[in-house]
Amino acid sequence: MSILTTSLAEVASSDATLRAFLHGLPGVDRVGADQRAAVLGTRSIKTTAKAQAIDLAISMVDLTTLEGADTPGKVRAMCAKAVHPDPSDPSAPRVAAVCVYPDLVAEAAAAVAGTGVKVASVATAFPSGRTSLEVKVADTALAVAAGADEIDMVIDRGAFLSGRYLKVYEEIAAVKAAAGEAHLKVILETGELATYDNVRRASWLAMLAGADFIKTSTGKVSPAATLPVTLIMLEAVRDFRARTGRMVGVKPAGGIRTAKDAIKYLVLVNETAGEDWLDPAWFRLGASSLLNDLLMQRQKLATGRYAGPDYFTLD
Amino acid sequence: MRLEYAPAPESRDVVEIKPSYGLFINGEFVEGGGTPFKTVNPADEQALAEVACADEADVDRAVQAARKAFGVWSALPGAERAKYLFRIARIIQERARELAVLETLDNGKPIRESRDVDLPLVAAHFFYYAGWADKLEYAGFGPAPRPLGVAGQVIPWNFPLLMLAWKIAPALACGNTVVLKPAETTPLTALAFADICVQAGLPAGVVNIVTGAGETGAAVVNHADVNKVAFTGSTEVGRLIARSLAGTGKKLTLELGGKAANIVFEDAPLDQAVEGIVNGIFFNQGHVCCAGSRLLVQESIRDELLDALKRRLGTLRLGDPLDKNTDIGAINSAAQLAKIRELADAGEREGAERWSPACAIPERGYWFPPTVFTGVAQSHRIAREEIFGPVLSVLTFRTPAEAVEKANNTPYGLSAGVWTEKGSRILWLADRLRAGVVWANTFNRFDPASPFGGYKESGYGREGGRHGLEAYLDV
Repeated sequence: MSILTTSLAEVASSDATLRAFLHGLPGVDRVGADQRAAVLGTRSIKTTAKAQAIDLAISMVDLTTLEGADTPGKVRAMCAKAVHPDPSDPSAPRVAAVCVYPDLVAEAAAAVAGTGVKVASVATAFPSGRTSLEVKVADTALAVAAGADEIDMVIDRGAFLSGRYLKVYEEIAAVKAAAGEAHLKVILETGELATYDNVRRASWLAMLAGADFIKTSTGKVSPAATLPVTLIMLEAVRDFRARTGRMVGVKPAGGIRTAKDAIKYLVLVNETAGEDWLDPAWFRLGASSLLNDLLMQRQKLATGRYAGPDYFTLD
Repeated sequence: MRLEYAPAPESRDVVEIKPSYGLFINGEFVEGGGTPFKTVNPADEQALAEVACADEADVDRAVQAARKAFGVWSALPGAERAKYLFRIARIIQERARELAVLETLDNGKPIRESRDVDLPLVAAHFFYYAGWADKLEYAGFGPAPRPLGVAGQVIPWNFPLLMLAWKIAPALACGNTVVLKPAETTPLTALAFADICVQAGLPAGVVNIVTGAGETGAAVVNHADVNKVAFTGSTEVGRLIARSLAGTGKKLTLELGGKAANIVFEDAPLDQAVEGIVNGIFFNQGHVCCAGSRLLVQESIRDELLDALKRRLGTLRLGDPLDKNTDIGAINSAAQLAKIRELADAGEREGAERWSPACAIPERGYWFPPTVFTGVAQSHRIAREEIFGPVLSVLTFRTPAEAVEKANNTPYGLSAGVWTEKGSRILWLADRLRAGVVWANTFNRFDPASPFGGYKESGYGREGGRHGLEAYLDV
């Protein structure tokens, strides 16, 4: 990895140069990647390490509601939970961010103002991304104007799969410009990219175009986040920093429901990208039901007993 | 943020180790005529148990018991023998946790490996050969292939229970009876297996386990009434056995040493290649006859690959083998540790550059850090001799032809690995590599259906798969 940063700038000068670069990345062997993720999944995180991991995981949650039925009331309730996840235990850390649709950003921003919880908004015709660049940029600008700290955009998977890498690149760059100060998370929708080689290429493409974070999934497509896909993305951010010096965050989203799952992701981060990424600024978990299991396991560690599900709030 | 993994030890209480063990002859545990010896836990040098030592008279009794049982066992319909083997396989699965802990205590290998690799493969071997027991006439060795008789089997300490399974499962499936000698430093799981034979109601004398050192092993292989000898271990001992068996009419299979090349081309899937290199040489502390101990890397990606490899080795966790997060356990014995040190020192003296990640070595027990030698030449001892430890020698090549030439330039020929995204190149190499197993884009993967064995000084005969039946049939 000795090519200078300056040469990376030229990579995006045409579809041909982008293709040459992305297809020149080392391939990913599916069997080997699955096996590595599975072995890391057997790490046994107990006692003090578990307590530390659970608090870290809570602080990394992007608490999410992305339903057609979302209302201001629903968003306010979720924001209250984001700030004080466990009403019975004020020592429980707050989550990293709440994640909503653009039209509810103002509601969320008001609800978490001054708490340190960020407001993330999906944008760019989430979840399919099937609209014009003008609409995507407008969608982004609307969310930012309403107070979003972070924008979760989707890439054009159709363009990616048909090899129009420059189009994907330019869209990400345009949305990045529209996002301004807001952090840009680029959703690859790995469930639709299908191959691990594509996941690696899409990760690099997003990072080259200016992504602050790369994110696995919208949560609307199955499979959503998986350990092997996250492993490949963590390898990509690790290699990208080695090559450019710039650090990019990773966010698996969708399908992460238990504390045990969440801890597996932290182990993956720890042993792949390294401890620099074990920070809410560089690693997030996009989830909704996960938070309650984290809280339940947290309480179990502290008290030795499991409380029933009714002791944790359903917001 | 730093995430420190707290200790996560597997419980020792799942296994009850007796203070002393006898020999297993004719379905009973009996005293041995030799001087009993102690088996120690290599991770803390504490004695685990005292084990009987079989002398020639004991071995003779065991062979007689096996001979007597052969009549009954070989006369059973294959489906009946299969029932016993299936039963043994199921009991192994049921007692897997206990056996894994016992293996780790006696051998020093990490519990993650004994639990996730050794034990599942042990059960799989018995299931696999149980399936063959009533189908031997379809195995391609004639319409009614006959067993050989009594098999004398001597196994090593690196995969104690797995090597037992490789030997006993096909022997019994074909209708033979066995006298097996486990390694001196790792007898405990073989003795636990004797208990499983009792539990399974296996007829007395079908399996006999005699413990002891080299002399006991010599008594087993040289016994006049043994029809078949199977040995896994060092090339040196294999040579002795081949010599003493010449002209006796005994059928012999040998699975000996190796110095496998793991060949990484510039178009390899790099991250997986790094995992494959780690798994190739640091799995089981490198105590693997088919270990990828010579890394042949294409010169154009040498630095990139070595950087990635060193970064990865920095995450390996060396320590208590019973801790579920341990990657590198203890070296099996003081003697083996001395041998590894001697060869590693020789590597340094010969001018290769030695590197190990920073890792704390426990005060007690036998330990050796994962070690990489760069700048190794074909003429260095560490590129020629089997080290049987966590020591990797890195060499480079420029062209596929040079890779093949270097890979084959060894007296051994047990295994090889090829890493490239180009399928045609894999096939081209597989045709030219003189090794019994060629792994493509993986390493150290085993399956009972896949034959295993060597070229040249790595031995002869195949174990596993349909081919593995041949060694135990009169063909």
